[in-house]
Amino acid sequence: MTKESMEYDVVIVGGGPSGLTTAIKLKQLNSNLNVCVLEKASEIGAHILSGNVFETRALDELIPNWRELNSPIKTKVTKEKFLFLGKNKSLNWPTWLLPTVQKNHNNYIISLANLCRWLAEQAETLGVEIFPGFPASEILYNEDGSVRGVATQDMGIDRNGDKKDSFEPGIELLGKVTVFAEGCRGHLGKQLIQKFELNKDKDPQQYGIGFKEIWEIDEKKHEEGLVMHTAGWPLDNNTYGGSFMYHAENKQVFLGYVIGLDYKNPHLSPFDEFQRFKTHPAIKKIIEGGKRISYGARALIEGGLQSLPKMFMPGALLIGCDAGTLNMPKIKGSHTAMKSGIIAAETINDHIISGKNLSDYEKNFKDSWLYKELYHARNVKPSFSWGLILGIIFTGIDQILFRGKLPFTLKHKHADHETLKPAKEMPKIEYPKPDNIITFDKTSSVYLTGTNHTDNQLVHLKLKDPNLPINYTLEKFDEPAQRYCPAGVYEVQKENDTNKFVINSQNCIHCKTCDIKEPSQNIIWVTPEGGGGPKYGNM
Amino acid sequence: MSVLLISEHNNKELKPFTLNAITAASKINEDVHVLVLGHNSDSVAKLVSEVPNVKKVVHINDTIYENYLAENYTSAIINLSKDYSHIICSANTFGKNLMPRVAALLDVSQVSDITKVISSDTFLRPIYAGNAFATVKSSDKIKCITVRPTSFDPAPTTGGSAEIQTGEVGDSTNLSKFIKKEEIKSDRPELGTARVVISGGRGMQSGENFKLITAVADKLNAAIGASRAAVDAGYITNDHQVGQTGKVVVPDLYIAVGISGAIQHLAGMKESKVIVAINKDGEAPIFSVADYGLEADLFDALPKFLEELNKLNTIQK
Amino acid sequence: MKILVAVKRVIDYNVQIRVKDDGSGVVTENVKMSTNPPDDNAIEEAVKIKESGKAKEVVAVSVGEEKAQETVRKALAVGADRGILVKAEGALEPLAVSKILQKIVEKEKPDLVFMGKQAIDDDCNQTGQMLAALLKWPQATFASKIDVKDKSLEVTREIDEGLETIEVNIPAIVTCDLRLNEPRYASLPNIMKAKKKPIEQLNASDLGVDTKPRIEQIKVEEPPKRKAGIKVASVEELVQKLKNEAKVI
Repeated sequence: MTKESMEYDVVIVGGGPSGLTTAIKLKQLNSNLNVCVLEKASEIGAHILSGNVFETRALDELIPNWRELNSPIKTKVTKEKFLFLGKNKSLNWPTWLLPTVQKNHNNYIISLANLCRWLAEQAETLGVEIFPGFPASEILYNEDGSVRGVATQDMGIDRNGDKKDSFEPGIELLGKVTVFAEGCRGHLGKQLIQKFELNKDKDPQQYGIGFKEIWEIDEKKHEEGLVMHTAGWPLDNNTYGGSFMYHAENKQVFLGYVIGLDYKNPHLSPFDEFQRFKTHPAIKKIIEGGKRISYGARALIEGGLQSLPKMFMPGALLIGCDAGTLNMPKIKGSHTAMKSGIIAAETINDHIISGKNLSDYEKNFKDSWLYKELYHARNVKPSFSWGLILGIIFTGIDQILFRGKLPFTLKHKHADHETLKPAKEMPKIEYPKPDNIITFDKTSSVYLTGTNHTDNQLVHLKLKDPNLPINYTLEKFDEPAQRYCPAGVYEVQKENDTNKFVINSQNCIHCKTCDIKEPSQNIIWVTPEGGGGPKYGNM
Repeated sequence: MSVLLISEHNNKELKPFTLNAITAASKINEDVHVLVLGHNSDSVAKLVSEVPNVKKVVHINDTIYENYLAENYTSAIINLSKDYSHIICSANTFGKNLMPRVAALLDVSQVSDITKVISSDTFLRPIYAGNAFATVKSSDKIKCITVRPTSFDPAPTTGGSAEIQTGEVGDSTNLSKFIKKEEIKSDRPELGTARVVISGGRGMQSGENFKLITAVADKLNAAIGASRAAVDAGYITNDHQVGQTGKVVVPDLYIAVGISGAIQHLAGMKESKVIVAINKDGEAPIFSVADYGLEADLFDALPKFLEELNKLNTIQK
Repeated sequence: MKILVAVKRVIDYNVQIRVKDDGSGVVTENVKMSTNPPDDNAIEEAVKIKESGKAKEVVAVSVGEEKAQETVRKALAVGADRGILVKAEGALEPLAVSKILQKIVEKEKPDLVFMGKQAIDDDCNQTGQMLAALLKWPQATFASKIDVKDKSLEVTREIDEGLETIEVNIPAIVTCDLRLNEPRYASLPNIMKAKKKPIEQLNASDLGVDTKPRIEQIKVEEPPKRKAGIKVASVEELVQKLKNEAKVI
């Protein structure tokens, strides 16, 4: 059965900062363009999770009068702290010794989800059509191999793949240009990178897993505008990661933890590291007496310029974190994603109006401040493969003395799925039990995400080899999916004395960590039925 | 002024939830009058008159009340209402159907599903499926209230001797007609209303093993529930699912077997009066809500549980 | 035949409810909102009846704030022909809503009014029955099956003891149970079409209905936390405790 189709000038996949920016910029450049945005979440913002300390540079270019438009950008950064944590101690790092890229005094503490909701309103006012609840599940190609558009997911398929009464076929959205802006590890972006070899001659991509909780804390301990980062405990010197704590409006703090997915010990549980981190006296004293109101997790992309794939291909562009424009030393990806969207819109408009080639994206990108920023940032993340201490020393030299202008580029050597060592060679980690006050278990955390997937649908976490988890991964790595998944999707259960790999796909919060970290790349994340997944509020 | 309670019955027997509602009514005002609308329902009026908390029974007998139709019940209640400060019935499908119809005609804003009487005009009631509780105060002259039966003990049924007064038959509307009632034939009570629920989780390891649950359920006259994990694993059909996306249950006794206690499941049963958890993982979250936790292999514990139940002389049904 | 379907915008059922610190209610800012789930069943049933040729028009109506328009729009996307939004600020009691709907019924003159059996926010379960009383129409609540006859409906109701079948004269009010049907998904082309369908906007205050609350909400609290119980050592002890201490068996 051929699917119904709808034609647009530009089809944008993903309603995050880069996709919405592209849509807005396109309409600003040419209000006659027909532009649509597909979003898998039930509403814009519901799958967005980010720190977030926001640099307004790209937004200043996109909507210069944003201050007059009731934007949710309100809390200016007023104070900064950087702590090195030991097990019980903390060392306050003088902020004058921080590289300039880590200084935030002109930035704002925001909820990126709310910013996206606001951007969506701006886009709709300009005539962009936004379709939340419609995941793009398939890339459509022309006969010449160029991208023709995407198809949305069929709805109403049962767990065996049969049509239910409510079956509603997906439809084809065809664009002169299709923009992929799915965020980190987009499942279509991943296919495009492979098909068009966009990552040829690039370093393997690097990822991290980021956790975030929102706490409502005691007024006396709340300092609106305070930005605090930590490094060190509970992670060892060889594991890349650190925390953030942003004091936002309404007595809320955004508390988070990021761990590089190149960690080596399969016994490590990123979720439990984050929970344990909160018990540090320097952190506990701030959140104690407060209440956790939100939880979420999302993979983020850290490879930077060395790993950034080519962002154009026939008929399509790949932008934002779907490509990998995050600036790691700045710990910011929103302004860079938005800038990549502005450049995309300009390139597409030239392409549609004057027939210029989409490959101009490369040149436009290289001429922009975005490229310069990423170039200066490029050596920081790889230097941490030497450990935290050497990484910091190198970063000091690279960022403070040379401002990112050292005449060489460090390489990322391994993809994150290759870094795990066999379980028996690595120390086991005993994590303390949750106290349900400061620290929590996974199930009660996942509950706060509001995630759900309608039951009786196809499992959206596919195994290339269904026997591999038990026959190989369990034996060799003690099946790390049980620990790296922040939502308790994967379990190894004993049933009648045989081990069984259980996938609780309804718990999935769309973070994509399994798709990245599974040592044999055996787990493939695909889109579930539209509207499934978390229902984040102001993440 | 007195409280008028609308009874639910089948013209022979009183429905048990009416007794819980009587308890709630007497907490508002001791002068509880019970209305029995029925056909050939003298035995019901008599039963009600023996409830010690009841001060008066108003009995109205007519063919139009043979089957319960809100359209016909309403006018008789409205006719009586001027003598009462409160009109009350249980918040089950009977009372939920009836009371708003009465309230609207009296121009009263109804207070639904109360779980506690704070004073004669102030009540506690769950909202958002029990995820929050609101304290509300009614300013209407007559208060129309439905009562969550499981939040109040049933009133004792013997020892009273209230006066039985015959009331006036109200209007018949001919708007609706009763056709038939199919009571669930199964010996097993409905999951939503059972006094005892026993649920199995993925720890059951197979659909076949649910027979262990069934055996205990037979003994306790319990409904059978399941966690979503057990449903997803195909052990049991999804109409047994208890939890956020399944049924919410509030039995007197909830027995969770081999259920770890994912929060989605807890959301569906945590209001149960007594919770028992049987699980071999002592760390399972289900233990944090269980009144009685037994850390044991369910395959040993369930047969032994049945054996112990068999030793008891009597079991409440 | 014309069917009016009332739909309500509520906090999405997957969202965990959070009670405000000051006890004034629950947090609704930045919270995902959706159509009240059984209202989806009501729309679905109305659209099915229309598709069977027994009804000519399905009109969706919502009472609430401006944003309830999204809820009406969603009903249009799954098959309602046009919409009505009655704008009103703040929380309305079911009595007020049913009086507003009464005005809409008097104006629209539908043959049937459908709605969900209960809203999942205030859990009142009143509006349909109240509307029926005000209009002096029959009511069929908790409907799990609807059979449209010439001048009446045969409705199967989900009641405590099982199922009950009643016949109600048309015009009638039906409140729908989740088991009535499986609501369809809105397809993209239908969402596009829905954007072009008309939604008439009215103000509650212009309808001459007194919406002043009669019930004062004194405070809203979190449910009491369950206190942890005890661990028993054996099955024997468990049965003894259940028998003698908890007195539940």
